[in-house]
Amino acid sequence: MDSDTLEIISVWLNYGFPVLLILLAYFIGTIIEKRHFRNIRAREKINREYPVVSLDTMPEDWNATASTLVTGSVVISLDYFKRVIAGLRAIVGGRIKTYEPLLERARREAVLRMTESARRQGYDAIFNVRLETSRLANSRGDGNGTAGVEMLAFGTAVRRDSRFAPVADRI
Amino acid sequence: MDISNTESIPGKRIVEFYGVVSGNTVRAKHIGRDIMAGLKNIVGGELAGYTELLQDSRNEATQRMMDQARSMGANAVVNVRFATSSIAQGAAELFAYGTAVRVE
Repeated sequence: MDSDTLEIISVWLNYGFPVLLILLAYFIGTIIEKRHFRNIRAREKINREYPVVSLDTMPEDWNATASTLVTGSVVISLDYFKRVIAGLRAIVGGRIKTYEPLLERARREAVLRMTESARRQGYDAIFNVRLETSRLANSRGDGNGTAGVEMLAFGTAVRRDSRFAPVADRI
Repeated sequence: MDISNTESIPGKRIVEFYGVVSGNTVRAKHIGRDIMAGLKNIVGGELAGYTELLQDSRNEATQRMMDQARSMGANAVVNVRFATSSIAQGAAELFAYGTAVRVE
């Protein structure tokens, strides 16, 4: 092997591979994100009528018969391409647009999981919904390392006795 | 045992307070899961292994909190809060706390 071939191979390993990885991450990452948003929208449509509120008190005429704590969580990570872009963005400052959809979809997913868990258990509504974000794994500035974000949604699921106030109250 | 993150148990009345109860657990991530997560990390998306791990840990912390409340003679925990902190590389603490009460 002459030195030219070696040169080409080393250039390819040094620059070609990361660029390929970035392109791969960009395409697959975009597909995954789009698919996830589609899935979220479809499930949100199903759960549109279900009351999920951040109020901590129930309406007066609700007679709660059972209640429990429900949670929903998701750990989500950004693709390599977006992490690199965010790393570059951090030099000049300003809004990092690539991170916003990530946090949005994680949050919506967590709320959906909480809602679905309450529905499965036969509860009628969720009160006092709280959302929490925590950065789990460490992510380094160069775009390597895991950049997982955990979203947690929790609230109090309540079951009511009937849709209407008791007969005695209405007379 | 009733548990809620509101200030009372819906439809019930608090008759006695026992004070703050808490439960925690510290978990490290599994190497196999970490390799999978590392691969998933390139293309992005949900790290299902981590989600499951944290959910299990949080359930355990909640269980410990409720055991403590039970040992005090309480029958409910109200105003439950969760906290997560990354204490060392690859390890996280899941913490649950609330107020132990007796309800009727």
